[in-house]
Amino acid sequence: MADNPQVQTRHPRPLSPFLTVYRWPVTMATSITHRVTGVGISAGLILIAWWLVALTREPEQYDLFVWVVSGPLGQIVLFGFVWALAFHLLNGIRHLMWDMGYGFKVPTANKTGVLVVTLSVLLAIGVFVFAHMEAGVGAPL
Amino acid sequence: MKLETPLHRVQGLGAAHSGTTHFWRQRVTAAALVPLTIWFGYAVLHLIGAQQVMVLSFFQHPLNMALMGLFMLAATVHMVLGLQVVIEDYVHTEGTKILLLLLARGMGWLIGATALIALFSMR
Repeated sequence: MADNPQVQTRHPRPLSPFLTVYRWPVTMATSITHRVTGVGISAGLILIAWWLVALTREPEQYDLFVWVVSGPLGQIVLFGFVWALAFHLLNGIRHLMWDMGYGFKVPTANKTGVLVVTLSVLLAIGVFVFAHMEAGVGAPL
Repeated sequence: MKLETPLHRVQGLGAAHSGTTHFWRQRVTAAALVPLTIWFGYAVLHLIGAQQVMVLSFFQHPLNMALMGLFMLAATVHMVLGLQVVIEDYVHTEGTKILLLLLARGMGWLIGATALIALFSMR
C-alpha cells in the first residue's frame, strides 16, 4: 500500500532536536562541564577518604597510598581531580551569583564562563607546579 | 474549581511533599563548601612532602580535624544531592534509576562515615 503511514516513502520524518544538533555556546559547555566535574569529584572523594584511612594505618599502608598517587597514572588522576575541583568551585560561585540574581545577561554569562575556564586551568597548573617544587618530582602529598 | 486543599497550599511542599528542601540543601552545602574547599586546598599544599607523622599531627589539631570533618560532611551531602539530579535527569528506566540512586546514597554514607571515623581515630 503506497499510502501506508507506517512505511517511509520520500523522506524520514523530523526528529525532536537532541544534544548533537546544537552549537556549543560557552554557557552550555560550562553547564555540562559542571555536571561532569561534579561526578568526577565524587570519585575523588573516595581518594581523600583513602588518604585519611591510610594515615591512621601502618606506615606500609600510607606508603602504598603515596606510591599510587605519585605514580604516572596517579599523577594524571590527581591533576584531573585538582582541575575538576578548581572548576567546580569557581563555576559553583558563578552559580551562587546567578541564584542571587547577578550576571544573567548573555554577554556577562559568556565572559564569566570564559573567566572560570581560564582561571580553573591556571589554578590547577599552579597547584601542580607548586606541589612538584615543594616535594620534588614524584613525591607529592 | 480548585482541587488543592488550603492546608496543602499553605504548606508549600508541592506534589513531592519535599518542597524546596533539595534545592536549598544543595545551595547551603555549596556556600559552606566555598571556604571549606579553599581551606582544604591550603591544607593539602601545606602538607605536600610531609611525613605520615607530620600529616597526622596536623589533623590531630582540633580545628584542623573539625574543618576536615566538616569538609567531608558537606562534600558528601552535596555529592549525593548532585548525583541524584544527574541520575534523575539521564536515567529513565525506573529499576536502574532506583538502583543508581540507592548506590549514590550508599556511596555518600560510606565515604562520609569512613572519613569521619578515620579522623576521630587520629586522636
